[in-house]
Amino acid sequence: MTRRLLLLLPLVGFLVLGGFLYQGLSMNPFERDSALMAREFPAFELSTLADPERTVDASLLEGQVTLVNVWGEWCPTCKQEMPQLLDLADRGVRLVGVDYKDTREKGREFLAEFGNPFEVNIFDPEGTLGFDLGVYGAPETFLVDAEGVIRYHHTGYIRPEDVREVILPEVERWRE
Amino acid sequence: MLIQMIPELGHFALILALLMALVQAVVPLAGAASRRPLWMAYARPMATGQFLFLVIAYLCLTASYLLDDFSVANVADNSNSMLPWYYKASAVWGNHEGSVLLWSLILGAWTFAVSRFSRELPRDMLARVLGVMGLVSVGFLAFVLITSNPFARLLPKVPADGADLNPLLQDFGLIIHPPMLYMGYVGFSVVFAFAIAALLGGRLDAAWTRWARPWTNVAWAFLTVGIALGSWWAYYELGWGGWWFWDPVENASLLPWLAGTALIHSLAVTEKRGSFKSWTVLLAISTFSLSLMGTFLVRSGVLTSVHAFANDPARGLFILVLLGITVGLSLLLFAFRAPRVSHQVGFGWLSRDALLLVNNILLVIMTVTVLLGTVYPLLLDAMDLGKISVGPPYFNALFVPLTVVLCLFMGLGPLARWKRMSGRELARRAWLSGAAALVIGAVAPLLYGGEWNLKVSLGLVAALWVVLPLVRDLWDRSRNADSRLAGLKRLSLAHWGMVLGHLGLAVTIVGVTVVSNYAVDRNVRMAVGDSAELAGYTFTMTELGSRRGPNFVADVARIEVRRGDSQRSFVMTPEKRLYIARGMPMTDVALRPGLFRDLYVAMGEDLEDGSWAMRLQYKPFVRWLWLGALLMAAGGILAVIDRRYRRAATARDPERAAAAAQKEVTA
Amino acid sequence: MARMIRVVLAALILLPWLAQAASIEIRQFDDPVTERRYQELTATLRCPKCENQAIGDSDSPIAGDMRDRVYEQLQDGRSDKEILDFMVRRFGDYVLYNPRLEGRTLLLWGLPVALVLLGALVVVLLVRSRRQASARRLSDAERDRLDALINRERNE
Repeated sequence: MTRRLLLLLPLVGFLVLGGFLYQGLSMNPFERDSALMAREFPAFELSTLADPERTVDASLLEGQVTLVNVWGEWCPTCKQEMPQLLDLADRGVRLVGVDYKDTREKGREFLAEFGNPFEVNIFDPEGTLGFDLGVYGAPETFLVDAEGVIRYHHTGYIRPEDVREVILPEVERWRE
Repeated sequence: MLIQMIPELGHFALILALLMALVQAVVPLAGAASRRPLWMAYARPMATGQFLFLVIAYLCLTASYLLDDFSVANVADNSNSMLPWYYKASAVWGNHEGSVLLWSLILGAWTFAVSRFSRELPRDMLARVLGVMGLVSVGFLAFVLITSNPFARLLPKVPADGADLNPLLQDFGLIIHPPMLYMGYVGFSVVFAFAIAALLGGRLDAAWTRWARPWTNVAWAFLTVGIALGSWWAYYELGWGGWWFWDPVENASLLPWLAGTALIHSLAVTEKRGSFKSWTVLLAISTFSLSLMGTFLVRSGVLTSVHAFANDPARGLFILVLLGITVGLSLLLFAFRAPRVSHQVGFGWLSRDALLLVNNILLVIMTVTVLLGTVYPLLLDAMDLGKISVGPPYFNALFVPLTVVLCLFMGLGPLARWKRMSGRELARRAWLSGAAALVIGAVAPLLYGGEWNLKVSLGLVAALWVVLPLVRDLWDRSRNADSRLAGLKRLSLAHWGMVLGHLGLAVTIVGVTVVSNYAVDRNVRMAVGDSAELAGYTFTMTELGSRRGPNFVADVARIEVRRGDSQRSFVMTPEKRLYIARGMPMTDVALRPGLFRDLYVAMGEDLEDGSWAMRLQYKPFVRWLWLGALLMAAGGILAVIDRRYRRAATARDPERAAAAAQKEVTA
Repeated sequence: MARMIRVVLAALILLPWLAQAASIEIRQFDDPVTERRYQELTATLRCPKCENQAIGDSDSPIAGDMRDRVYEQLQDGRSDKEILDFMVRRFGDYVLYNPRLEGRTLLLWGLPVALVLLGALVVVLLVRSRRQASARRLSDAERDRLDALINRERNE
């Protein structure tokens, strides 16, 4: 009897593996949570896009729930994403932009052309803040609560339906 | 008119092949179950017919490529009118649809070969073997026809020209790598079919192993060459000197190889001694299952890539279902039909049987380790435990020590006798080789690198410990003959096969050890007239130019290389190419191969001031990696040529009689 | 689309990735030990953006940034562990090709070790039972004759 059970062992092992493989079919290996989740927004000291003389730091994000969007003129998806960000701004969400690996000139042109939903744009030409945020491509979006702690992370394009279904509920959740 | 219909003819031939595979699967299996000779007799003609139509289908697709028929989507996506004809022909398998077709064609070829060369098999056995192979064929042909039709047309909007074959695939290594690999993968379907046929027929004596052994050796040899070619191609084309990355796609080919290696050895034990019967059946099933699983892992994109099948999730699911049915049913059959009472064939601690047992267990542990490391990120992700990566450091940390332990037993294996032998005798045969291996291994790094290196010593000792006892054994065996040469000639080819196989592994181990520890590389900035030194060689750039290829333009550097103060020099010409159709830049490295070292020059970026970034590499013993693989493959083939396997399978020779006598005595 | 084709192709031909290795960078190191550490670190950190490439092998911008950080921190005299921790804080455990031993990787590291132990146990038990099997009911002379028959090929 034990021997018969032993002979069934390979089948059991295979079925378990097969189950995982089936699950794997519907998973996206590139969807990863940010390593900064539930941690404080990284410290920085950078000038704003609009005014090279004005420097801002992490205290910029304290006091209210803020959506931080990392973008760049060179990133085509960021252009497609702008209408959704403008929509969010219209709905009263505070947005702060990080102009990532860009030149001041091109960043300003981009905002002039596609609209500016951001209260402030942090100018990050070397990508240092982006690096500390663990950004490896744009666009990426972080939700920061009133204490300056990162609460939600969205990699890549925010679809129109994401605004209502994902982003706004998260904003509401952390406002309370 | 006929020329325009070529893709449809191919499609039609493919459908006919599927129908024949279906008949080949169902009728003979039913015939064997109900003992109807007429039904069983369907197997061979159907196998022939199926193969014939697969050849027609394959030729039709190749013709579409050669004739630049861009109305066929597959051709338009992967070929271009500027492509040289030989790349057009090999572009057939440089894409998903075409390569699944090649896979099916090769399965058809193996089936045809079995139907040709196994006339002496008992009728029901042959019917079952071909029936099982037909079932596998049905699965794959359905996969091709339903989800991956290579003959699909782009009508009425026919593109003017094709998108071109990826420049990385425009290479000799890639012309032959996939067919070799597939020959290996698919070749394991033969031993799988034999094992399943034995389970179905309830005849789990040693006979099936005797029939299946040559087929397994050949498949294994092909897989060995296929893996080596892949590694060689990556070395000069992709990785700029890297030859193994533990990437899931590579692991997918290593898994069946490891299991297949265990299988070859366990088949030997079962055939010779009648033991390990269930184990051998399980290994035969596992080896082919791992080939299939490799296909799934690679094609479904669950491990390697993003959304590879986003446009057609049916493909991934289809292969998984195919895998589930094939492997699941086989293992179920195994659980119920494998012999529950094993024959107690006796052997002692110091016997070839015991050493081969250890060999099998180690190889299985290696297989499980590679599989675990490959799928572990997926397992964690599926259980929502986060994303991790498992890469080269993990695999090296476990694989290297396991290989060393394997070598430890490998050295003794060929010296040991079946059943039992005295420790004193084994020690007498082995001590000199062991001592020599230790001494040479310990001293060699001092001669080579100037300083002692534990890893190099360990690698060399392991390799020498595999080889020296073999040499000693050949010496002993040839002693009693008229002359040494006559003595060596008397040894069976199967024995020489074993010797070559083990020697090959040792050669590969030496290559891995030396190149991993003593390779040197340097990135330098070079303009015309500049020199750089590396490992005793002086590289001088003498010229910068450009040239036009058939479908690319290239910057070319001319580098003169001189060794030490030697007067003689040779020229290396690395290129930086731009492929026009895809606008893709490519580095074409310059290689100076040698048995003991490769010199390797890659051209990087134009640094704008007339100088270029260049990467110079010195790779000692790197050729040994692939040379060893070729020796292993040659060993596998040599063992097949042995006359014993071509004798009528039913003939009883003294060894088998002895094994049978042994069984009777101990029963 | 081009990317997808590349991905599918990479998958197909059973080879790692169809992108060539990173651009050739010229970096100056104070001593060969640091250079060696740089090479090892860039080989064990995975590029977060790529298919399956170490940052040392990748052409993507983020891999370049990460190499710069590794280089800078080595110049600052940081230890390997500090550098790896620095990367993990930003990009997560995903970037480590050498997974750390922790609760969720226990099976990954432990199973091979357990299998070696289990394998050794199986060998011991099996050979002990088989040894008894061979000892049964045969005289010494018979056994010698049988051994010679089984090993006949050796003197063929």
